[in-house]
Amino acid sequence: MNFKLKVWRQNGSSALGEFTGYEAKDIPEEASFLEMLDIVNEELIERKEEPVAFDSDCREGICGMCSLVINGIPHGPGKAKTTCQLYMRRFKNGDTIWVEPFRAAAFPIVRDLVVDRSAFDHVIEAGGYIPVRTGSAPDANAIPIAKTAADLAMEAAACIGCGACVAACPNSSAMLFVAAKVSHLGLLPQGQADRGRRVLGMVRKMDELRFGNCTNHYECEAVCPAEISATFISRLNREYMAAATADALAVG
Amino acid sequence: MSVTLDSKVPSGPLEQKWEHHRADSKLINPANKRKFDILVVGSGLAGASAAATLAELGFNVKCFCFQDSSRRAHSIAAQGGINAAKNYQNDGDSVFRLFYDTVKGGDFRSREANVYRLAEVSLAIIDQCVAQGVPFAREYGGLLANRSFGGAQVSRTFYARGQTGQQLLLGAYQALAQQISLGTVRMFPRTEMLDVVVVDGHAKGIVVRDLVSGEISSHAGDTVILATGGYGNVFYLSTNAKGCNVSATYRAYKRGAFFANPCYTQIHPTCIPVAGSYQSKLTLMSESLRNDGRVWVPKQKGDARPPSQIPEEERDYYLERKYPSYGNLAPRDIASRSAKEVCDGGRGVGPGGLGVYLDFSDAINRLGKDVVRERYGNLFDIYHNITNEDAYEVPMRIYPAVHYTMGGLWVDYNLMSNLPGLHVLGEANFSDHGANRLGASALMQGLADGYFVIPYTVGNYLATQMNKKISVDRAEFKATEKEVRDQTMKLLGIKGRKTVTTFHRELGLLMWNKCGMARHADGLKEALRTIPELRQEFWENVNVLGTGQELNQALEHAGRVADFLEFAELMCLDALERNESCGGHFRVEYQTPEGEALRNDDEFCHVAAWQYNGPNSRPIRNTEPLVFESVKLAQRSYK
Repeated sequence: MNFKLKVWRQNGSSALGEFTGYEAKDIPEEASFLEMLDIVNEELIERKEEPVAFDSDCREGICGMCSLVINGIPHGPGKAKTTCQLYMRRFKNGDTIWVEPFRAAAFPIVRDLVVDRSAFDHVIEAGGYIPVRTGSAPDANAIPIAKTAADLAMEAAACIGCGACVAACPNSSAMLFVAAKVSHLGLLPQGQADRGRRVLGMVRKMDELRFGNCTNHYECEAVCPAEISATFISRLNREYMAAATADALAVG
Repeated sequence: MSVTLDSKVPSGPLEQKWEHHRADSKLINPANKRKFDILVVGSGLAGASAAATLAELGFNVKCFCFQDSSRRAHSIAAQGGINAAKNYQNDGDSVFRLFYDTVKGGDFRSREANVYRLAEVSLAIIDQCVAQGVPFAREYGGLLANRSFGGAQVSRTFYARGQTGQQLLLGAYQALAQQISLGTVRMFPRTEMLDVVVVDGHAKGIVVRDLVSGEISSHAGDTVILATGGYGNVFYLSTNAKGCNVSATYRAYKRGAFFANPCYTQIHPTCIPVAGSYQSKLTLMSESLRNDGRVWVPKQKGDARPPSQIPEEERDYYLERKYPSYGNLAPRDIASRSAKEVCDGGRGVGPGGLGVYLDFSDAINRLGKDVVRERYGNLFDIYHNITNEDAYEVPMRIYPAVHYTMGGLWVDYNLMSNLPGLHVLGEANFSDHGANRLGASALMQGLADGYFVIPYTVGNYLATQMNKKISVDRAEFKATEKEVRDQTMKLLGIKGRKTVTTFHRELGLLMWNKCGMARHADGLKEALRTIPELRQEFWENVNVLGTGQELNQALEHAGRVADFLEFAELMCLDALERNESCGGHFRVEYQTPEGEALRNDDEFCHVAAWQYNGPNSRPIRNTEPLVFESVKLAQRSYK
């Protein structure tokens, strides 16, 4: 298969970027999107042109390192998959494909298609954990957890932290990401003691790091590779309301 | 001159060794702990759990990873589960049984005392992870669910759908995040370790490259902990993430740490077959699928009929036939070799005949599609996405692929290498899996090392290092930094005609053919001739564009491939010197009449720990004898 690519090139975070056109020739239809970019990069190197920088690691859809906005959609066309799990058979021979980095104020571009998503780590650091000292845990079966609660917690915990939700949102909101972690931990009995502090810490950090708010576009849910449901955002809002009210009352 | 290796295994009965060792281990008082700086390289299960726990104890920790976030470490991709001897199923499990299964699974080539300790602490790992909020699968009564894995006849594997590694890693990542927020850990993402700094014979620091700015700098510490994973990518195609590499452990080896059993590699039986030469990696289908999937090939050579048209009596369920008591849950090395055997015999299926069927039709008939979907739905989705085939309708096609490496840096019972001050955890060390790792044991080992072993044993070293602070201004740091800079400049200066990936692919193919699932002295000798030629060509003809002062992914890859090109030779040498077959190391010259691995306990019941001996000399093969006090060496039987 052959494609015309329009790829965002940007030589460093402070440089000006632009789209550059490349031909992707003789691409096997079984190749993944990233393997197609590999092939293009090999040809660029052979022509002594700098290859396109892009992030990837596990290439099986779980590590969350790959990104890219393909034809305007984070992780490209199709549901519930990352860019590394997008295969060229989904495109038509001769297609023109636009490739851009995830764009959000909180995710500055590092180079070409590589962005800095450390803001997500800082949001987790602000409360996205259950504080438990190693070695102090009770027996794992001491607290039975209803299968329905455990299953729902797992649905939320499946988030891979890729940031597609932010890239897709017109407000660059991280609400789906935050909601997933707040729900995962808040649904479990182990997560109760720190529940209020968690949601307040994470939401405040999210605001501070220039992520926007949710205005119900549902774009996040549509592109999420882990199929995290936007209903978790309602849960986040409830958790936040309860915690903020309690916090305000406690402060008096 | 070979060296005597002291494993520091405590004396006394097996089941009391760890307890006694903990009681005898040195403690550091709380006021002194904050005076110690610990450098942790790698943030997977072993690295993140160690960094978080050591910081919680009061040490100053710096943690480094090459990915953009510590949450991306490749532990995240482990699918199936984690073993623990909880015996929640009341099916006869015990610490001893988990220990025995693991020693036997490793074909009696692991250190007995380490494995027993691993089985012991497996209990606490599950407690710890549940308390952190890891959403393990549960039964309707609210208690934890289990499933079976290869090499075991009990159900002791805890799991979170097909994403167990992800959930365990996120648990450790969140524990690490808490410590980062408390200021006890400083995290350095997108930072690659390029060398160990040795001062007066002790590992006292590392040289790193900031992968965004390209800046090369040093960090000093009272001890260095490597938790940098395995070297499966020496084969180019593997189930490892693209970034996985041998550089951290290999460069430590060149600084004096011994590399143990590099030839022990694990070929996982259930991966999606290779589709073409452009392919960048292979994808695993979890071993848990063998709980309900049945492996078969046509009885007749070259049978090209679609699977649905091959009647039952013309199918060979070869694992069930050869190993009736374990059946489809035979250990990985045995299942992989059996697949190779039927494919070599012309009975493989799919393009090129390099595949076997993993068939779920019986399970779907017995349990219904919904139950199968609940158990394995995400794996079926992955399979469909990659192959465009629906495994609910047609059997999966699978083939073995490189997955894990049991070899690694040699460590003693304290997890310290022979290079004082250098500790090595998780897949990066050699200790617990012998010549073959059982499924669901890697996660167990990574977390055991990080949460429950190193926090106790690190004191034994640190207690000897009070008031021995070393600054990065020392000449040793400057000299090591210069070597790293020189190598970077050299790679950038060649500007030859071949890409880094081309070299990596060539090396990988060579290793797969000569040092893969089946090895022969002739092939290994040939590889030992060819690898140096390829390496020389690399240093004359590789083309790395750009500069060192920027994000330069080709440069990162070039450094890793340069190390693989040296390490590959060590692997082949180790494979050649080990004149026996054991676990994942199968030398075709040494097999039983039925084609099973034939060990040679008289001559090879030992660890081979290789010592670097300069760039142009053959490394020295040191040995640590393996002494089995509690188990009897036997030929592994899964029949």
